[in-house]
Amino acid sequence: MAKMSGAKALIESWKRENVEVIFGISGGALLPIHDILYDSGIRHILARHEQGAAHAADGYARVSGRAGVCMATSGPGATNLVTGIANAYLDSSPVIAFTGQVNTYSATSSYMIGRDAFQEADIIGITTPITKYNFQVKSASEIPKAVQMTFHIATTGRPGPCLVDIPKNTQTEIGEMDFSDKVQIRGYKPNIEPHPVQVKKAVKLLLEAERPIVLAGGGTISANASPELLQIAELLMMPVTTTFMGKGCFPEKHPLSIGNIGMHGTRVANKVILEADVLLAVGTRFQDRSTGTLDDFCPDAKIIHIDIDAGEIGKNVDVEVPIVADAKATLRLIHQQLVSKLRQRENSPWFNRVKELKDKFLSEMDSSKDNLKPANLLKTLRKILPENAIIATEVGQNQMWAALHFQALKPRTFISSGGLGTMGFGFPASLGAKVACPSCPVVDIAGDGSFRMTEQELGTSVTEDIPVIVVVLNNSMLGMVAQWQRLFYNRKYAAVKLGSVPDFVKLAEAYGAQGFRARSLEEFSNAMKKALKNEVTTVIDIPISPEDNVFPMVPPGKGLKDTIAGM
Amino acid sequence: MANEHNHIISTIVEHKPGVLYTVANLFRRRNFNIENISVGPAEEVGLARMTITVRGDDRTIEQVVKQLNKLIDVIKVTRLDPDHIVTRELALIKVNAPNPKVRSDLINYADIFRARVVDVSSESLMVEITGTSDKVDAFIDIMKPFGVKEVARTGITALSRGAKSAKMEE
Repeated sequence: MAKMSGAKALIESWKRENVEVIFGISGGALLPIHDILYDSGIRHILARHEQGAAHAADGYARVSGRAGVCMATSGPGATNLVTGIANAYLDSSPVIAFTGQVNTYSATSSYMIGRDAFQEADIIGITTPITKYNFQVKSASEIPKAVQMTFHIATTGRPGPCLVDIPKNTQTEIGEMDFSDKVQIRGYKPNIEPHPVQVKKAVKLLLEAERPIVLAGGGTISANASPELLQIAELLMMPVTTTFMGKGCFPEKHPLSIGNIGMHGTRVANKVILEADVLLAVGTRFQDRSTGTLDDFCPDAKIIHIDIDAGEIGKNVDVEVPIVADAKATLRLIHQQLVSKLRQRENSPWFNRVKELKDKFLSEMDSSKDNLKPANLLKTLRKILPENAIIATEVGQNQMWAALHFQALKPRTFISSGGLGTMGFGFPASLGAKVACPSCPVVDIAGDGSFRMTEQELGTSVTEDIPVIVVVLNNSMLGMVAQWQRLFYNRKYAAVKLGSVPDFVKLAEAYGAQGFRARSLEEFSNAMKKALKNEVTTVIDIPISPEDNVFPMVPPGKGLKDTIAGM
Repeated sequence: MANEHNHIISTIVEHKPGVLYTVANLFRRRNFNIENISVGPAEEVGLARMTITVRGDDRTIEQVVKQLNKLIDVIKVTRLDPDHIVTRELALIKVNAPNPKVRSDLINYADIFRARVVDVSSESLMVEITGTSDKVDAFIDIMKPFGVKEVARTGITALSRGAKSAKMEE
């Protein structure tokens, strides 16, 4: 036990959780915390908008696999975090938000909770449906336990964001602090080890399968289960498709990789899954964008579903073998049992069928020589970037083009807003990614619409010395919405034309970053090579056609079998 | 929907501020319907029991249980088997009773239902009844012709029969 202020206890608790960096913006209700944080050795990165801070913490978390921390003051500071927290919630990312709050009590003024005080917002009420856990501190001595609990909850089981709301008077209040508590939460015990009977059933199904397929989701990455997944896939010669969130968990150059499934999945993935007889689904929630209409989703397959969240089992699809456990632990066991029962499979008729489909669709792909086509740009980008490069994307066409045409080779190198689809996520997330891995080149694949939403974080990247590269696929449109209008709303381009302002090259320069404009594939290559050597953030603006569409596409309300290749 | 029934879910939660909000919020967010809820301290200090009646098909109820289990402040969730369960509801009913004849009729009805008269004024009578929701419904129906002024019902509370318990596991 030690006597100290709440603010000191908070920083001490952070140190115990090995927090290295906090993304945030200060404000009145955080003054006592910042006063201590300033001398603490923990880096505070001053964002330009709290949403940017939350996304940066999210990017940091996804790349490092550790908790990403953000902090904002009471009221608008806290509410500005909300989009970022919701984004982390839908993508199961361990973001921990700390918010200042008005006093719990004041004898002399109405600056206190419940009096609609200046910059008071009920952030606990607001974030209850979008956090895994949230907690309002009522006295200083609760702070060490609150920090321990939220870090434990955010990073274990199915990861997810947490929030701790800290009233200003508890920051200065002196309390008896107990840092020794081991976290014991009676309502929270994630199941790690799989049930042996279920594993046996899964192994049996896999051994009997003639046409097995893996569907790997974001949970595979959270669980760091990629090596185990690779072993099983290779042993059974089993094709692997990933959900959008699972991209990167299996090397996309691998002969068994068939790319993403879903609304903008590859044609081969959307076809192969229809023919499968056993589906090994790992860490996925069978979201509508992945499955299309459920009746047409792998109609002939028996499903093995591994997920650490029991709530995902049977939520959207009925499964043959549910396994509620950690993906890594489960896949390891499945592999052990498979190895003891079978020798390495050679080219099976199934593998040959998959290969045949893969080659067929590859040859049919648009090989347009127009070198500013997004597909060509992204393939070129892959060639230029080393394997350890990290890609963040914005949301919309840029994101789906990146998913289709940029091969992710390692887990945690492709980060994007999958569940919430938050435009403006990519750029601040790329800053968080760079902080988590300073030696990795980090590229935000952006659309002009998304980049406009958080472009002010150029200020953060320059002043905090976090150099990243932003590739703006600029069609001066909200391109994905325009695509739907083109396809389903008779080309009526309502509320999508953004115009060609600002000039992104000048915008970059205004912030002290560097800007290039690329009007050919060659100019793009050259700009990228310069950017990789640059010590400041580089924005590469590439004017593309506003008529470019993302294909293949499963039209809304249709099944994977209805995938269309183009117009 | 055709397969919808009422199900009773017994939940042990941390007895602290905000838990009711968290649980109610989950139901709203996931589009589940609370028919009925009663909350009170449970057998152990620091714990509360929420007895929640939910309407839905089996798949929905399974989701309700799983989603409740995910809440950190929810410690145990038990779906009570309707065949092995005791359910009770308490109601206070204030009825017009302007004269001795009506009062005596009311008291007779109360006796038949094993309800108790708990307050009397010159104009009205207050009756307390405990039992299953059906019984409470039936009694209120009988009271209606007299002019029911106010009704307060607690909502269903329930425990499973026998030695089996929905307590926290050791």
